[in-house]
Amino acid sequence: MIALEEIDKSFDDLHVLKGTSLTVREGGVTALIGPSGSGKSTLLRCVNLLEIPQSGRVRIDDAMIAFTPGGKVDRKAVLALRRKTGMVFQNFQLFPHLTALENVMEGLLTVLRWDRGRARQRAEDLLEKVGMSEKADAWPSSLSGGQQQRVAIARALAPSPKVLLCDEPTSALDPELAVEVVEVLAQLAREGTTMLMATHDLRLAASIASEVVFLDGGVVVESGPATQLFGAPQRNRTKQFVSTLTAQERPPA
Amino acid sequence: MPPWLSLMLESLPSLLWACLLFTIPLTLLSFALGLGVGFVAALVRLFAPAPLALIVHFYVWVFRGTPLLVQLFLIFYGLPSVGIVLDAFPAAVIGFTLNVGAYSSEIIRAVLSSVPKGQWEAAYSIGMTWSQAMRRTILPQAGRIAVPPLSNTFISLVKDTSLAAAITVPELFRAGQRIVATTYEPLILYVEVALIYLVVSSVLSGLQGRLEKRLSRYGGYLEAAS
Repeated sequence: MIALEEIDKSFDDLHVLKGTSLTVREGGVTALIGPSGSGKSTLLRCVNLLEIPQSGRVRIDDAMIAFTPGGKVDRKAVLALRRKTGMVFQNFQLFPHLTALENVMEGLLTVLRWDRGRARQRAEDLLEKVGMSEKADAWPSSLSGGQQQRVAIARALAPSPKVLLCDEPTSALDPELAVEVVEVLAQLAREGTTMLMATHDLRLAASIASEVVFLDGGVVVESGPATQLFGAPQRNRTKQFVSTLTAQERPPA
Repeated sequence: MPPWLSLMLESLPSLLWACLLFTIPLTLLSFALGLGVGFVAALVRLFAPAPLALIVHFYVWVFRGTPLLVQLFLIFYGLPSVGIVLDAFPAAVIGFTLNVGAYSSEIIRAVLSSVPKGQWEAAYSIGMTWSQAMRRTILPQAGRIAVPPLSNTFISLVKDTSLAAAITVPELFRAGQRIVATTYEPLILYVEVALIYLVVSSVLSGLQGRLEKRLSRYGGYLEAAS
């Protein structure tokens, strides 16, 4: 079980998350949608504690950390929790000094201390899964954005995380390159990978998410199965936001 | 053979000997230790609490703001007044180390902070600790950017070691001075000394170029997409 409970997070004077709670269903894809500045990226980054909330609880399976304002943060607990997650960034953030294959092997070698042969095997398998076998020895700087993101997905999956966190995985890509990344994510979804994805790409959310959480102003406005949230939203604010999706789909007059 | 050439040839062995025995060890030792000091100083200024960072800031300010020759005189001639007596060579090593440390700390601080914050996050996201991220992700990238400016520091240091002559270290320049004192041929001898420094710095520049080429094999920085 992956859950965020009553998360409060401020940056200086900016109160981003206001007692926000979220549960991620295992084996499914949960999409966090909402307008810019709604706090969806911040909420996502609270799961692997790249952002440390001022208060609230973060739970992944039996590991739980409770944060209190001014309380001390247990680094070991943070690390243990974070190691149950993998993350895909908007800007890929591959390690530029390592090849595609080495990028995927890095966590296995450095963090999990696997031997090279075993790490190499696992990395090759993952690169094949994302369709990047042929570019295993390429430097990231020689890959297109879509290719870099696919390698980044393989890197995030390497240590077999409980949940794959995706922060705007297609936003830095032009539509053509975004398609290849969406295909990989859809494939992972079909295989039952637990994913939590922050995105303002409603098409991406509609096509692969099973659950959708609509966030606005740091609070959850509405959440539920994707079909319900997109098909029959209950709240006016949600209707208004989701209507931008239907507007996109309507062919130009 | 013209007399100037035979004088040069005659004095060459003792000059090279001084270079090999003092100039080069002094340079290598001070540079290695100076980089260590500079690295620690850079880490303190980037990551340590304010009071510690302030102390390091003060150290850098003093050693960058005063002449190297004055620093060497203070260490070798000044410290004995408070009971600290050092031999010439260790005094020179300490002086050059602290000087290199001050300059290189600024370079190292700059290159460490030039690695995008997203690289730290990527390293953390696959479960690395701070020191793993530093060692495996940040340092290799920062190291590459640091080669040209640190090579400058290194090549300057080779030449600056001639200042150690003033505190009686029998290095290359002082060996030249000694020969001048007996032959009264300053032009010939100092030209020869200058040529030796020139050869050493040129070799080092060549090595710098090769190192840069080797490190640049992975192509440019990844463009940070907006």
